Amino acid sequence: MHYLDFEENIRLVDEKLAAPNLSESEIKRLNSKLAHLIERAYHRLTPWQKTQIARHEDRPHTLDYIHDLMPDFFELSGDKNFADDKAIIAGLAHFRGQTVMVIGHEKGNSTETRLKHNFGMARPEGYRKAIRLMKLAEQFGFPVITFIDTAGAFPGVDAEARGQGQAIASCIATQVELRVPIIATIIGEGGSGGALALAIGNKVLMLENAIYSVISPEGCASILWKDFKYAKQATRVLKMTAKDLLKFNIIDDIIPEPLGGAHRFKSETIQRVGDAIQKSLDEVNKLSKETLVIQRQTKFLNITSDFHHKKKF
Amino acid sequence: MSWISNLSRPTVKKVGLSKDIPDNFWDRCSKCGAMLFHSEMTKSHFVCPHCEYHFRLPTHERFELLFDNSQYNLIQLPKVSEDPLHFHDVKKYTDRLKEARKKTKQEEAISVAHGTIGGKRVVMAVFNFDFMGGSMGTAVGQGIITAAKLAEIQKASLILLPASGGARMQEGILSLMQMVRTTIAVQELKKKKIPYITVLTNPTTGGVTASFAMLSDITLAEPGAIIGFAGSRVIEQTIHETLPPDFQKSEYLLNHGMIDQVVHRKDLREKLIQLLAFFN
Repeated sequence: MHYLDFEENIRLVDEKLAAPNLSESEIKRLNSKLAHLIERAYHRLTPWQKTQIARHEDRPHTLDYIHDLMPDFFELSGDKNFADDKAIIAGLAHFRGQTVMVIGHEKGNSTETRLKHNFGMARPEGYRKAIRLMKLAEQFGFPVITFIDTAGAFPGVDAEARGQGQAIASCIATQVELRVPIIATIIGEGGSGGALALAIGNKVLMLENAIYSVISPEGCASILWKDFKYAKQATRVLKMTAKDLLKFNIIDDIIPEPLGGAHRFKSETIQRVGDAIQKSLDEVNKLSKETLVIQRQTKFLNITSDFHHKKKF
Repeated sequence: MSWISNLSRPTVKKVGLSKDIPDNFWDRCSKCGAMLFHSEMTKSHFVCPHCEYHFRLPTHERFELLFDNSQYNLIQLPKVSEDPLHFHDVKKYTDRLKEARKKTKQEEAISVAHGTIGGKRVVMAVFNFDFMGGSMGTAVGQGIITAAKLAEIQKASLILLPASGGARMQEGILSLMQMVRTTIAVQELKKKKIPYITVLTNPTTGGVTASFAMLSDITLAEPGAIIGFAGSRVIEQTIHETLPPDFQKSEYLLNHGMIDQVVHRKDLREKLIQLLAFFN
């Protein structure tokens, strides 16, 4: 377990709890102390702390959600043009009885898998794979479920040469007109256009401690403050937490994380996300193909800087 | 439709900055170092006669260059509420807006006009990079949506000329959402069979590239324009390599099959006339 800087006290108690031959009363005392410390650390997190949690390496990633929620997942690969980009994982699966197309950024959880998945930073072929499979889902009437978790699209010479901008634009355009339900969930880091490219949902859900932003706090700091060390300040002004985004009508619902964060309570978090997706899916499954497109477009067109006047479709 | 009541009555031709720079004023081309008279630059539409470097063309000169008889009607764009995030870094966003307005004598980073090119009806939107790097916030997004709707109503072709660093940071996530909103607007034109052309000018980057700019039916670019998604400095820092010399230039994109043609500014009007003639 990796501990964040504000979890130091929690780490100390965790270590004590791991010691052998503890008496029952001692375990009880330590557990109550632990609960108290978690409560204190987590009841009011700063945007910077949420950023740290959103990026936590032990946080459940797309493949963890797929593993728990869609055990018969059948992976589909490649853009049938250039390559398979493992920064985006996609395939067919049953989700609670219904066939769905699941697509998500995967960051990896070890050095080896992080390299394999390029830390969740997709190249154009990743977005083109997503486009191909969204259209396949449309062909058969399968809902699309996306998981968003990326620092951003990969900034590289090869990615630019193959049209990163065009790929992201086309991925957005595909979802804008897709005639099947799309449920998007921001599970960790929602970094800029690379995240948005999978997030044009009829419903956009977001985990409590996830972040979603136009630019990374470090990027924002290095442009506006001319020093990336001002990232902490940038998280405050960018308004990138789930609570902020709900206020702006960017997301439809916040999925609460267990106190202590998704990295500490993986399977419970995954179940909560599964329940939230199902609830959203039940709502939009009733809509006709035409209504789905209109609902999705209206929802995004209604996002304006006048968010105080909440408009709902 | 309420937005249409916001469109002002067709106003003037030739709006914009007066020529307060004397004709005998000279400057140095920042690319090749040649000394140039201002009159010479105006005549060449801000292209260096020696090295062909394409400087930024002021918005009104762009409209005058492209529309028939240099005549066009500027559209008053709908107002949006400003500074939704109450954003301030080392400066307040509202102050940055004030400065940009003073500097450019424009309300926002985009101007929309309609007129004809080769006798064909055209709605044109031009970005001004001098207005906060041509960045796209809510107002710019709304400008593009307005331009697309106007093109639809007038059955006119839509020509967009971006020059933008991407999404406007100071409006946070609301700027990111403009990528979706502008995409919805231009995709609608495809169903209506309305030609949508972009002329990518220097620079076209970030969220602008990754949305409406790359979704055009025909994509042209001015020579030497920087066009890309990620900034070259970010790429260099990520891959720790020197970038190819023509990296992210128009010609590089043409070679990689990403755009249709690179067009010199002096030929742009003629090319657009030729192109528009193919469509009814």
